[in-house]
Amino acid sequence: MARRIGVFICHCGINIAGVIDVEKVAEEMRKYPGVAFATTYQYMCSDPGQNLIREKIEEENLDAVVVAACSPSMHEETFRSVCKDYFSIYRCEMANIREQSSWVHDPEEATEKAIKLLKATVEKVRENEDFNPIMVPVERKCLVIGGGIAGIQAALDIADAGYKVILVEKEPSIGGRMAQLSETFPTLDCSQCILTPKMVMVSRHPNIKLLSYSEVIEISGFVGNFNVKILKNPRYVDEDKCTVCGDCEKVCPVIVPNEFEMKRAPRKAIFIPFPQAVPSTYTLDREACLGLAPLTCAECRDACEADAINYDMQAKVIEEKVGAIIVATGYDLYDKNKLVEYGYGDDDDIITSLEFERMLSASGPTGGKIIKPSTGEEPKKVVFIQCAGSRDVQHMPYCSSICCMYTAKHALLYKHNVHDGEAYIFYIDIRATGKGYEEFIARVMEEERINYIRGKVAKIFREGDKIVVYGIDTLTGKRVEIKADLVVLAMAIVGKKGTKDIAKLLKVAVDDGIFLKEAHPKLKPVEALSRGIYFAGCAQSPKDIPAVVAQASASASKVLSIISKDKLEKDPLIAVVDEEHCSGCGVCISVCPYEAMQRQPNGKAKCIEALCEGCGTCAASCPSGNIEMRNYKDEQIEKMIEVII
Amino acid sequence: MSFEPKIVAFLCNWCAYAGADMAGTSRLKYPANVVPIRVMCSGRIDAEFIIDAFEKGADGVFIGGCHPGDCHYVSGNYRARRRVEMVKKLLSQMGVNEKRLRIEWVSATEGKKFATVIEEFVDEIKKLGPSPWRK
Ligand code: FES
Repeated sequence: MARRIGVFICHCGINIAGVIDVEKVAEEMRKYPGVAFATTYQYMCSDPGQNLIREKIEEENLDAVVVAACSPSMHEETFRSVCKDYFSIYRCEMANIREQSSWVHDPEEATEKAIKLLKATVEKVRENEDFNPIMVPVERKCLVIGGGIAGIQAALDIADAGYKVILVEKEPSIGGRMAQLSETFPTLDCSQCILTPKMVMVSRHPNIKLLSYSEVIEISGFVGNFNVKILKNPRYVDEDKCTVCGDCEKVCPVIVPNEFEMKRAPRKAIFIPFPQAVPSTYTLDREACLGLAPLTCAECRDACEADAINYDMQAKVIEEKVGAIIVATGYDLYDKNKLVEYGYGDDDDIITSLEFERMLSASGPTGGKIIKPSTGEEPKKVVFIQCAGSRDVQHMPYCSSICCMYTAKHALLYKHNVHDGEAYIFYIDIRATGKGYEEFIARVMEEERINYIRGKVAKIFREGDKIVVYGIDTLTGKRVEIKADLVVLAMAIVGKKGTKDIAKLLKVAVDDGIFLKEAHPKLKPVEALSRGIYFAGCAQSPKDIPAVVAQASASASKVLSIISKDKLEKDPLIAVVDEEHCSGCGVCISVCPYEAMQRQPNGKAKCIEALCEGCGTCAASCPSGNIEMRNYKDEQIEKMIEVII
Repeated sequence: MSFEPKIVAFLCNWCAYAGADMAGTSRLKYPANVVPIRVMCSGRIDAEFIIDAFEKGADGVFIGGCHPGDCHYVSGNYRARRRVEMVKKLLSQMGVNEKRLRIEWVSATEGKKFATVIEEFVDEIKKLGPSPWRK
């Protein structure tokens, strides 16, 4: 039990002291029983701030510390590592008087609440006991979910460091969105040319196990020890035998829209999404195939000389144990049909940015030729509309980050294709913040003579063989009307629908845009709140390729910091059964989600250290109150309630 | 002076507490009547804590947990929900309006929701007036 508690109140510049009367709080705390010392300081987390705590612990002979500052999610670790040199980290607690007081209340009430929060925290720390971390073994492997450029980069980094990676991709091939792009801004590198070597590296890397056409269906466990179940869908083609000769595709009678081409081109029921696909193999689409159910067709099997096609292939569930997980599930475009004002679904000549990418791609459905889809002619006037669904409270309120740049690229590539064509871009602002981006925009505006119109489009409709775009040029205040051949919508970016399912399995929050919530927006941008789970790429927020790659490497380095150790420290704040008084009723055993509560031969319950996660459900359920949560003891919480009221 | 209710909030570390932080980061103002206690999971909240808070003079008790299916510990929030239903019955038998106890699901991204539900709850308690158990 701590008897000489030091209270350190942070001003956080004006963030706290601008609202809360910190001196009054300190004054009040000096009078509080058990508090031996209280002071305030401008930035407690700074070096001098930390030193002040050290000094006072020594000078005042303190045996516990309470820091009143920001949220513990921000700096608990910082202050605990200061105290570690003197006593157990559990003798250091934080009172959150910034996020939960000064930022949300008026001065007087914020000050009063800060005092209550501090008193409650003093009560907690007073009864905290010292514990050493529990050491648990680590599964030295990583799971990467999603095989776009983010997942590929992360997997390669970890594998290169010498650790095993399981890379799971839902689609038949890895490559993700980047494989669909034509050229990348601002350097106009061919997207596939820079991506495919990395894809091949993945397939050849001895440390990477690639599970394509597969989905993660179950995750349990915790950092260092996750158990994962992966469903491997049957592709009815043996990856190892398939030589990608294409004979099967030639004879297949079924034609369906090709997802890789944004459904703007057909494919067969047996298909390879694009020539450089990895794994390099055909896949038979179960939904489309005629031969799978009743034996009406076996054309592809008969044509396959390699004998690679097997209609009896079954789905398989693969179980893996991993120490850490990276989620890199990527993005989708906002549902085009929701943009009624732009009349999307109705018109062939109003297309999305990704459809335009495919059109520009040399390997795309038109072989890189830009056409007006309704007639196949060359469009002489093209209108590009930025922020279609982005920065719009009726759709997605955020900025999709990359549309300004790729639209400029689209307009430029269009002009390179159609020399006498006219290109118009409707924009709200131009956001070109990356390296070389502003220069790229300037080049497009000046050299390529693209007409940038500042303003939003009000309406789009068809008139004969033209599409009329109505808008306002907010710089001149004039109404604009353009009769275009083709309209390209720079659609808002949203997280993949599947991200929601993965987030559910991992207990990670997603926002309205289906983007994963990071532990801290500035300082922990690739980490989930739960340890051992990391994010990379557009699954976390819209971003451009260099940012995705950087984030992927960041996640990889975080993962390495976990799986490069044999053992991991685990929080010792777990449940403890008072065996003497345990009646053996078994309620705790039934409520524990981790099977950490087990019945002993003598009938009494016992908590298995390595399995307990410290949620406290057992303690709250025990009818006789015989389970204690370390440092969240009933008496502690009751005392906190008392001082709050 | 107008009635300023005293309310204890138990917030789970992973969702509601982070949601409250989010409200702060977004600078959303809400009444200061609610003072939070951080617990690891809403499942940790013993029925006794709730009764204890009322006995000590609380006008309301708020519990914030993860959305169904999102509990960091799988099912703690379901236990909490059941427990709250039970305590509500108990409270009304003992003459305390069950509306004084509320459980809400607030995710780490829902700063706005946190501020709104707290505001609503404080309003509700203000309408109900001081708790009959208040000394
Ligand atoms: S962790 Fe939030 S309710 Fe269980």
